[in-house]
Amino acid sequence: MAPAYAPELRPTRRWVIPTLQYVLAAGMALIVLIPLITTVFNGFKSNAEVLLDPFGLPTSWHPENYTTILRSASFWQQLSNSTLVMLATAAGVLVISSMAAFVFARMPFRGREVLFNVFMVGLLFPVTVAILPLYITLRHLRLIDSLWGVILPQIAFGLASNILILRGFFASIPRELEEAAAIDGCGPINFFVRILLPLTRPALAAVVVLTMVASWNNFFLPLLVLNSESLYTLPLGIMQFQGQFGTEWNRVLAFVTLALVPTIIFYLFAERHIITGLVAGALKG
Amino acid sequence: MNLSSGSLERAIPRPSAPIRLSRVATIIVFLLPATLAYLGLVLFPIVQGIYYSFFRWNGLGPAENFIGLDNYVRAFSDRVFLSALGHNLLIVALSLLLQLPLALGLALLVRSMVRGRTLFRTIFFLPFVLSEVITGVIWSFIYRPQGGLITWLFQQLAPNAQPPALLADPDTVLYALFVVITWKYFGYHMILYIAGLQNIPAELEEAAQIDGAGRWQVLRYVTIPLLGTTIRLTIYLSVLGAIQLFDLVWVMTGGGPVNASDTMATYLYKFGFQRFQLGYGSAVAVIMFLICFVFSLVYQRYALRRDFE
Repeated sequence: MAPAYAPELRPTRRWVIPTLQYVLAAGMALIVLIPLITTVFNGFKSNAEVLLDPFGLPTSWHPENYTTILRSASFWQQLSNSTLVMLATAAGVLVISSMAAFVFARMPFRGREVLFNVFMVGLLFPVTVAILPLYITLRHLRLIDSLWGVILPQIAFGLASNILILRGFFASIPRELEEAAAIDGCGPINFFVRILLPLTRPALAAVVVLTMVASWNNFFLPLLVLNSESLYTLPLGIMQFQGQFGTEWNRVLAFVTLALVPTIIFYLFAERHIITGLVAGALKG
Repeated sequence: MNLSSGSLERAIPRPSAPIRLSRVATIIVFLLPATLAYLGLVLFPIVQGIYYSFFRWNGLGPAENFIGLDNYVRAFSDRVFLSALGHNLLIVALSLLLQLPLALGLALLVRSMVRGRTLFRTIFFLPFVLSEVITGVIWSFIYRPQGGLITWLFQQLAPNAQPPALLADPDTVLYALFVVITWKYFGYHMILYIAGLQNIPAELEEAAQIDGAGRWQVLRYVTIPLLGTTIRLTIYLSVLGAIQLFDLVWVMTGGGPVNASDTMATYLYKFGFQRFQLGYGSAVAVIMFLICFVFSLVYQRYALRRDFE
């Protein structure tokens, strides 16, 4: 452990570089956090003060910016629409992708690889590219201006990447376990439900959490599909609120803060799963 | 796999016909929902989009005015579309030259920390989970010409000069948007780099150090080459993301001022949904897809192939 050579250089170097590193990291952390922190505080200011001193703490606090929004029915409506869309999408993605991934990982049949590759082609198609004909398809299905018109495409476009992630995890469960289960009289469905799913819970959590984040933040699809204000999700609500109160930044930023808080709390609890899912999805794709 | 299912049938001496049947039923039932959703809502619309792109069509009634490749000719002779394409390419270039190196630098920084690495990783990754709309509104405020943070900072530094209106100036708007894109997405690439760095055995870097390599040499000749797979992957994801850029631009500028920040996706939205030119919009979507597809093929052939045999 003792420095074997150039001992006269080591003592200074030993603290200079780590200190520099922390200064750099702290600087970057400030760049990330300052926009968010000022948003929260500007939500407590009077509009005049937001315009005069966007950087400082409020001199007089105006919690009514927040409480007015919290008392408005439309905010809660948007929150519940977003929640409903998020939960339905996550449930759909979880059930449908895991069933398909189970077959692709563990039940060989003729043509399986071809079908799997057809699904993987979906990785190349972002919603943006398919959005016009998708809109027409949804119109034929009478799903325009319906939350299902957001939920179903979100599930469909999430399939390719989630099947890919789950297939990898499902395939990593040893064969012997399945054979042992079969000897005990456990059919494929029982094996799937009772053994495979519980064993791959971290992967399932990653898929669910990633799907939830993507659904919660989705903007393009709801923008096209949802026309009635009563169906707006939070991102649409924020856009509408900004359009309406564009000059009253204190109220706009209070609204943004209220939309920000659930995301950040969710992130702090689910960070590990989000990262597992992203890394698995990226490195396997 | 066939071998082991054979051993399974040998292990359980029972007629194999019912097993086969229940297997077939399971396969069909388990694949049906995914296949229906995927065919109906992903593949079918895409094939339809290619078909529509050959028509002059407003989206109402059947598509009848077949015009062949006219929509494609029109797109490539429209200056606004070509400039939108150019904006996407500029964002691609800036992302590769600035955003990814920044993400790599921060990944290395976080890795080398004895304490606080989890905290910094959590903070750096935070913007990635925020919605594009929230990010866009917050940064619209920051860029506000009257009383925005940037203006405020500018006035502290140069009280007498006219503060810049970054989003309203056609010369600066794309760079201003790129700052927001970087703020939001660098954490994603950083996380991938951190994951990649964890796969590099410490002995290799230590061995180089023992052989007398300095910090930079270890980084240049050992760490970065070993991180090659991850770097090639982030380049791939970054390019595809930049080509499809929509939400942030739409929230912050709507493609303005005077189309100066239009991307192919905002252009597509304007023609397809605001002007009801579905045939033309579909042609734009097909062009976007072809760019992604050709890039994917070429990139996978020449860059990613060595990573995935």
